[in-house]
Amino acid sequence: MTEPLLQLDKVSASYGSIQALKSVSITVNQGEIVTLIGANGAGKSTLLMTIFGQPRASSGRILLAGQDISQIPIHQISSLGLAQAPEGRRIFARMTVEENLLMGTIAIGDAYLKQDKDKVFALFPRLKERRKQSAGTLSGGEQQMLAIGRALMSRPRLLLLDEPSLGLAPLIVKQIFAILKEIAKEGATIFLVEQNAHHALNLADRGYVLANGEVRLSGTGQELLANKQVQHAYLGG
Amino acid sequence: MLDVDADFSTKQTILDAILAALIAWLFFLPITGVLLDGYAVQSAWHQPFVLALIVFYARCLIAIIVHTDLGKRLFVGKGHYAGVEVVDKTNAHWHWLLVIVAIGFVFPFFSSKYWLTVAILALIYVLLGLGLNVVVGLAGLLDLGFVAFYAVGAYSYALGSEYLGLGFWTALPFAAVLAASFGAILGFPVLRMHGDYLAIVTLGFGEIIRLILNNWTAFTGGPNGASAPLPTLFGLEFSRRAKQGGTPFHDYFGLDYSTIYRYILIYLVLFLVVCVMTMVVVRLRQMPIGRAWEALREDETACRSLGINHVVVKLSAFSMGAMVGGLAGVFFAAYQGFINPSSFTFFESALILAIVVLGGLGSVVGVIIAAVVLTILPELLREFSDYRVLIFGMSMVLMMIWRPRGLLPQRRQAFRRT
Repeated sequence: MTEPLLQLDKVSASYGSIQALKSVSITVNQGEIVTLIGANGAGKSTLLMTIFGQPRASSGRILLAGQDISQIPIHQISSLGLAQAPEGRRIFARMTVEENLLMGTIAIGDAYLKQDKDKVFALFPRLKERRKQSAGTLSGGEQQMLAIGRALMSRPRLLLLDEPSLGLAPLIVKQIFAILKEIAKEGATIFLVEQNAHHALNLADRGYVLANGEVRLSGTGQELLANKQVQHAYLGG
Repeated sequence: MLDVDADFSTKQTILDAILAALIAWLFFLPITGVLLDGYAVQSAWHQPFVLALIVFYARCLIAIIVHTDLGKRLFVGKGHYAGVEVVDKTNAHWHWLLVIVAIGFVFPFFSSKYWLTVAILALIYVLLGLGLNVVVGLAGLLDLGFVAFYAVGAYSYALGSEYLGLGFWTALPFAAVLAASFGAILGFPVLRMHGDYLAIVTLGFGEIIRLILNNWTAFTGGPNGASAPLPTLFGLEFSRRAKQGGTPFHDYFGLDYSTIYRYILIYLVLFLVVCVMTMVVVRLRQMPIGRAWEALREDETACRSLGINHVVVKLSAFSMGAMVGGLAGVFFAAYQGFINPSSFTFFESALILAIVVLGGLGSVVGVIIAAVVLTILPELLREFSDYRVLIFGMSMVLMMIWRPRGLLPQRRQAFRRT
């Protein structure tokens, strides 16, 4: 078997005295969509933040294509091929859509700017219509598209998404997930953290269920969808 | 004209007005309702009622006006995000800019000494405003102790000449570098701080610098201050009689002695520095570091996940701002000829911050106008000097209602590479 693209090996992390992650092990292989689902406060976002060094993992290893990234400076992590669409979107509200995309290229320089921007606009035609607009005036769904687009601008080997469905209307969530499917078809590797278990598991090749900072279950997306416990806890079944 | 919109509610308006009148009545009762007549007390119970009635009608009127089209245009500020208008192409009016710069350069040759000194002071505040604008307006780091760098600049000239024999021209780069390193020194401990916490720490920093200057008597002269020498031009001095072996400026050119020459020199150099610094700040915003500053202001978490080194970005903003502040300090010391710690109080920091906020956070032209207005207005209003702070405060309040994003809200060119 080839080396996994991202491997979390017994990673623990804590905020002060509160342990948020307890020896979590997760693997994401090249070309896969892997999702992590769980309730509020299960540690999902912490897990993503820990990959980005905030907080640092208190123990365990985070391997990106075999290289341990758990100790390298935070601002260098994104230049290794990781990009994140953070929770709550966190776009630059007072910059235009195009400028936001430009900021996405910091890790790799702006050599591919034009080409990649066209790609993002092809994925999200709405952004193209609004490219001169302040990002803060976009709707929630458009902002989420922008956050994903911005992350794509650094040509990541692995795209990390933190709750792209957060606060969006069901119809928009559907659209976003359809686009994620498209991105994945082009060979991207996606690690998706979601509360919307139904959508996430439908999209994903494999999934993990996180509860109280521990991985409780794992399996293919369909297996987890069919799982009684998962249905009961996360799918309202 | 007085067509009110659908949101207007007569009932709500009258209730508000009654409440306002009641408060006014309670407020005015002890003030105007009781008259002292020698040792006796007279009641003037009708006066509070009259005042309360006026408040009642005034409150009604305000309620009506804000619901008309005119009122909406006057009172309703633009939304938060409408603040930064991004301009697509360069629409700078170059010929106007040239005219202004040209006027700036010939101004001292036609001006009286009094207005020349006012102009120097105004330009010093322009420089301070430009410096703080980088820190607060662009990078979004609220700095309440900016005066510290101003003081560092001023003292590095005064003490530099005393202990190291530095002249005006060497003091400029020296003070710039020294102030920039002080900026970095302040930057390190506050790297993790935001908003209120940052503001308090910078406030403390400003006071620490002032207290050190005040109490380290052996080195700084303490409250007695330190004197700063007059600037020279290619070795020509501006005093009546030159020191040993030198030639005074007026002798060399066969002019009559006047103190205005030294001010003309300070003004011209200062004006040049202001022009250069304006250009530098405008250019920096187009460059990656400027973009990073603005990104940092918008969202620090996003910045870090995108790979911006926030340590470098923050420190560079602090250093850049401090450097400009330090330069302003040198000019201040040269212009005054004497400095002491009482010129570098918190009020000065507040004034500089007011310039930046009034001008429009992040807006270079706005800051320049605000600095000029805030220095020249008090001079024009000398007769009302008792009310200066009142006028100042009122204009601040009115500004926040009408133009919450400043006189000239930040408008910037779209980043080049997009």
